[in-house]
Amino acid sequence: MPLWTWTGLKAGTATAPWPGRGPDGQAGVYGMPRFDPSHCRPDCQSCVACCPTAALSGKGLDVTLDYGRCIACQACVEACPEGTLEASFDWAFAVRDRDELLWHGPARPPAAPRPAPATGAFAKSLHIRHVDAGSCNGCESEIAALNNPFYNLHRLGIFFTPSPRFADVLLVTGPVIEAMRAPLQAAYEAMPEPRFVIATGTCAVSGAPFEGGYGGGHGLSPLIPVDVWLPGCPPNPAALIHALLILQGRMPMRVHGGHYGP
Amino acid sequence: MNGCEERTLSAERLLPTAQAALSEGHRFEMAYARPAAHGLEVLYLINRGRGRPFLLLRIPETRTVPSLALIAPLLGWYEREMRELSGIEVTGHPEPYPLLIHEGRHLSVPPLGVDGEDPTWSGETAAPTMPEIEADQVQDLVWGPIRGDVVETGEFHFSYIGEAIIHYHARLGYKHRGVERRFQGLPVAAGVHLAERVSGVGSVCHALAYCQAVEAALGIDVPRRARILRTLLAEIERLYNHFHYFALLAKTTTLKVASAEGELLEERVKQLAGRLTGSRFLRHLLCVGGVRRDIDTQGLDSVLTELGHEARAYLDRLSRTASYLDRLIGTGVLASAAAFDQGATGPVARASGLDRDMRRDHPYAAYELLRFLVPVRETGDAKARADVRDESVREALALAAQASARLAPGAIRAEIPAQASGEGLGWSETPRGSLFYAVHIEGGRLTRVKIKSPSFSNWRVFPLTVHGSNMMDYAINEASFGLTIAGADR
Repeated sequence: MPLWTWTGLKAGTATAPWPGRGPDGQAGVYGMPRFDPSHCRPDCQSCVACCPTAALSGKGLDVTLDYGRCIACQACVEACPEGTLEASFDWAFAVRDRDELLWHGPARPPAAPRPAPATGAFAKSLHIRHVDAGSCNGCESEIAALNNPFYNLHRLGIFFTPSPRFADVLLVTGPVIEAMRAPLQAAYEAMPEPRFVIATGTCAVSGAPFEGGYGGGHGLSPLIPVDVWLPGCPPNPAALIHALLILQGRMPMRVHGGHYGP
Repeated sequence: MNGCEERTLSAERLLPTAQAALSEGHRFEMAYARPAAHGLEVLYLINRGRGRPFLLLRIPETRTVPSLALIAPLLGWYEREMRELSGIEVTGHPEPYPLLIHEGRHLSVPPLGVDGEDPTWSGETAAPTMPEIEADQVQDLVWGPIRGDVVETGEFHFSYIGEAIIHYHARLGYKHRGVERRFQGLPVAAGVHLAERVSGVGSVCHALAYCQAVEAALGIDVPRRARILRTLLAEIERLYNHFHYFALLAKTTTLKVASAEGELLEERVKQLAGRLTGSRFLRHLLCVGGVRRDIDTQGLDSVLTELGHEARAYLDRLSRTASYLDRLIGTGVLASAAAFDQGATGPVARASGLDRDMRRDHPYAAYELLRFLVPVRETGDAKARADVRDESVREALALAAQASARLAPGAIRAEIPAQASGEGLGWSETPRGSLFYAVHIEGGRLTRVKIKSPSFSNWRVFPLTVHGSNMMDYAINEASFGLTIAGADR
């Protein structure tokens, strides 16, 4: 009969010390492409034509990018003839305002940071309720990974709770298809105030991969108010942790006006 | 269609033809309707066993077909789907209510039907019927659609007395995103992004079956290196899915450390996937015609060998844990006949004595070049399902190692002919069972894509093992099936 506790202790610590220090476990994982339309040729639409989620729009020098619709498929990187779009490892895309995900032209100094929503007692103990509003199960797989020994979310004082009544944060995945509208609303209403919402994954941010149609949705807005927007298809566990820590004011945002910063 | 012998018949001839096929021990794989030049065409795909071409029955220009659910129960759900999404009338169906579209919805046109008005279409939906149970102390529990923990959305109805479950009904459809409709009109190259998002943890197998279907339809010859890379990726996907499965099984049998170790193995495979391909779900690599980029497999062998040793030690420890075995042995027994008739697939079918595996029976990608065993058990309980997956981990590691050893430099991508038309069938053996894509293409664009996902098959079977079981075993039994809802709902 195996002594599980003994084998567990013997295996030592598997948990990454990140975000304090050390690697985040996402080596080699592609993020959203970097975008610099100053190289664009007039009338070129190569990237716009191949983007499966219409994250890119416009033409020539007026091409613009909405990272809230991006699934990081890298199709535009392959199609771009001028190097406007470049593959990157930029995945920490959580932002407080949906508008920050839209490319706004040349980089500008970020506005003065607003106070984080979940500070005070919430910064030390935060309880999450997850709701799947029609996802492909990719986001669920990554959210569930937060509790594995590598990420070990408990160490950050963040816990999952089965009931929305005990939850501070609603982590919503999926484009919010019609059958899930009422259950999602009910879960949100059941939460005590103050309550926070993270739109998790590109589907929840904009609905992009499953937008419209008889079985689609357009993401969380305007159904319930959103505090943090996290695109990604799916966002990796480190990106999820980053989003939660932004909510608590424990990590800074990296994306401002569509530009990825340090 | 490729890989198929075809027979065109009238709706009247369907029943005797189906009976003849069933009497020879053949099994239906799926049925669907598609808009054709003159109205709807209904197609039935029959699997005639190892090494033999499939049989494809075509019923052209029809609005009505007789139900085959009474003689081939697994078709029941496909027929209901045809009825609610394509507007086909299925006469004599034993369960004549919607499957995926919930009551209160009204669809003005059948989403997968022909364009234009359909005079017979009502679009009305109805609630599912639950059996009336007249007895004292029966409790009804509706669990879902939002349940505890980080799980997918689904609604489960239990009627039970104390611990004993009298009846169980799994209500799916909360995640029906209309994926098949979404494919229509897309250029063939773009469909792969959608296929990767039908079931996130099956991204490779879905993309693979889709690409193979399109390649068959358009006569694209995939280079050998691409076929081997695809096989390698599919086996890596199998590994992280199986480790996830054991972590969940250990969790439901309250083995905390074993659950954590399983999760850590899963995480390590996902990180390996990230380093290899840039995506933890191995997405964005497959494309119609081959693979988009080459991958560097240097050092992969030693990583897989080390992972193999750890996985073996972990699975051996599990199989020597009495408290774990106690909860699995005799739990959720699925009889072989029920597994066959109701359409069980993958490890669930193989645990109930059905020796079926698409990789061996109808080889695709590079499986013909590789040697592997297909584990089978006869007892049909949760222990048998875990055993099959246990051995399947070993085989997946062996297949990945063989595939990477056979990689030779070469082309990785073939051209897609422009504006081509055709129809094709693609399949793969996912970690959960057999997956089929049937694609119809006109002028380079998809006109109909049918997905037969393994979870669609296994969700139909699963309730049979719950009726008459007990509440304490439910979570273990569900974990032992290894189901996803996204794949079933589409």
